[in-house]
Amino acid sequence: MANIISDETIEYVGILAKLELTGEEKEQAKKDVGRMLDYIDRLKELDTSEEEPMSHVFPVQNVFREDKVTNGDDSENILRNAPLQKDGMFVVPKTFH
Amino acid sequence: MKLLSLSAVELGRAIRTGRTTAVDAMQAVLDRVEETEEHYHCYITLDKEKTLAGARRVQRKIEAGELAGPLAGVPMAVKDNLCTEGMLTTCASRILGNFIPAYSAEAVEMLEAAGAVIVGKTNMDEFAMGSTTETSAYGCTRNPRGTEHVPGGSSGGSAAAVAAEECFFALGSDTGGSIRQPASHCGVVGMKPTYGTVSRFGLVAYASSLDQIGPLCKNVEDCAAVLETIVSGRKEDGEDPIRDTTLMRREDTDFTSALKQDVKGMRIGIPKAYIGEGLDGEVRRSILNAAELLKREGACVEEFDLGLAEYAVPAYYTIAAAEASSNLERFDGVKYGFRAQDAQELHQMYKRTRSQGFGAEVKRRIMLGSFVLSSGYYDAYYLKALRVKAMIKKAFDEAFEKYDCILGPVAPTAAPRLGESLQDPLKMYLGDIYTISVNLAGLPAISLPCGTDRQGLPIGLQLIGDCFQEKKLLQTAYTYEMAYKEA
Repeated sequence: MANIISDETIEYVGILAKLELTGEEKEQAKKDVGRMLDYIDRLKELDTSEEEPMSHVFPVQNVFREDKVTNGDDSENILRNAPLQKDGMFVVPKTFH
Repeated sequence: MKLLSLSAVELGRAIRTGRTTAVDAMQAVLDRVEETEEHYHCYITLDKEKTLAGARRVQRKIEAGELAGPLAGVPMAVKDNLCTEGMLTTCASRILGNFIPAYSAEAVEMLEAAGAVIVGKTNMDEFAMGSTTETSAYGCTRNPRGTEHVPGGSSGGSAAAVAAEECFFALGSDTGGSIRQPASHCGVVGMKPTYGTVSRFGLVAYASSLDQIGPLCKNVEDCAAVLETIVSGRKEDGEDPIRDTTLMRREDTDFTSALKQDVKGMRIGIPKAYIGEGLDGEVRRSILNAAELLKREGACVEEFDLGLAEYAVPAYYTIAAAEASSNLERFDGVKYGFRAQDAQELHQMYKRTRSQGFGAEVKRRIMLGSFVLSSGYYDAYYLKALRVKAMIKKAFDEAFEKYDCILGPVAPTAAPRLGESLQDPLKMYLGDIYTISVNLAGLPAISLPCGTDRQGLPIGLQLIGDCFQEKKLLQTAYTYEMAYKEA
């Protein structure tokens, strides 16, 4: 495998991805990510210096609409899916001590 | 009248002319579900009472003359990543195991307005990430054409439900082949429209620049009828609340008018790389027979070099993983879905919720996506892939200067056996080689049955059109379907 993923890298990616991986999952992820990158590295064979990155196939830009309220108050319905709610608000664990 | 063997359009006609009713059709489907669902497991959610009530409501409207469209009263299945108001929408993930949307996806809304009735929500790969429907948190679906085999994926439940006659048509979504490949494996017709043709409002996003909703049906005519119902045409009244900013308002959307058996003078190209190394011999034979049949119908068919075919899969997995990692950030245990119970503080709650809520394949793609977007790697991986995407798009643009349609296989082999694919993710990804460039280039494509292998498993033919050329594509597909039936 040409791409060796270090423990630090996988730790960092775990933080970015907001995932808590077990020791075993980390080892597997190191292997998986490394193997995928080896494969993706094939793209380096192509000279892309003349190409602009294409994020969208059609040249659609700045799609605006009138800032008009079309929906009613649906908060009760929306809150019904909340894991925890109180007084019309979402409840989350402590954010600071 | 054997209701279940009718196509969606035939059933709609039978209901309109009073030869049967929406309720009888739904009852027939539910009886069928009762009989076969335990073998196939096409659905994650079924609600018989609600379904029958829906059919009764539609029947009354048909009798009152309020509904007269081709799909009025026809039972449909909906992939479980499309939101359905008041009905569980899990994306086959534990993290959305209890999620009941407050609104329906626009495509679902449009079909319901046309009188189609939801049978249930179909099984899929978790968040549409997979090619076999085996990454579902709710068990696998079996292929009705060979129950030891996968139905394909990620819209495997939708394809299997159509094949098993557990619905008359289904909606799926296609990010890298997720409609066409299961359609191929289950012997049904599946179509991915041009990017931006069907509103993605209410589709749980996987890779937004590639995702597109489309139909899985018993035949080409049904596909055209469903697409005509869910397409976003120009609004005449000027009132246009934009709910999907990448939607293309289209004209020329009378797709059913393209159902003509005529390909005389049509130029069809077969990319050499699509019938070369890596393709199963029996699949190759079926594809070449299909090409021969279209030639006999008057099309000019030839092989050509489509550049960059081997770069589509690595570019796709980079882009799709990147978009998935940011799209799936919203699943944090705060507003909906599963929340881990043992967390002491907020960040721990996020992490534990996501770690316990997502399956292995989803985590794998989120990790890869986070990596290719991270500072230091963004240019080398993510931007590089977007540049390659531009090159792939150009290669197709050049091809469509010469050809009306591109013809090839859907998948390298017929449906793999259950349990075979997940052991080697990279190998599974390579199975998407013939479908994936279509998403990168935003093109429309259709998969339709063109034979079986020696095990009796279906083989699918893929036809690819230029952007906005659905009619040409449907006409070619329809011609092939008719000629194949006659042959």
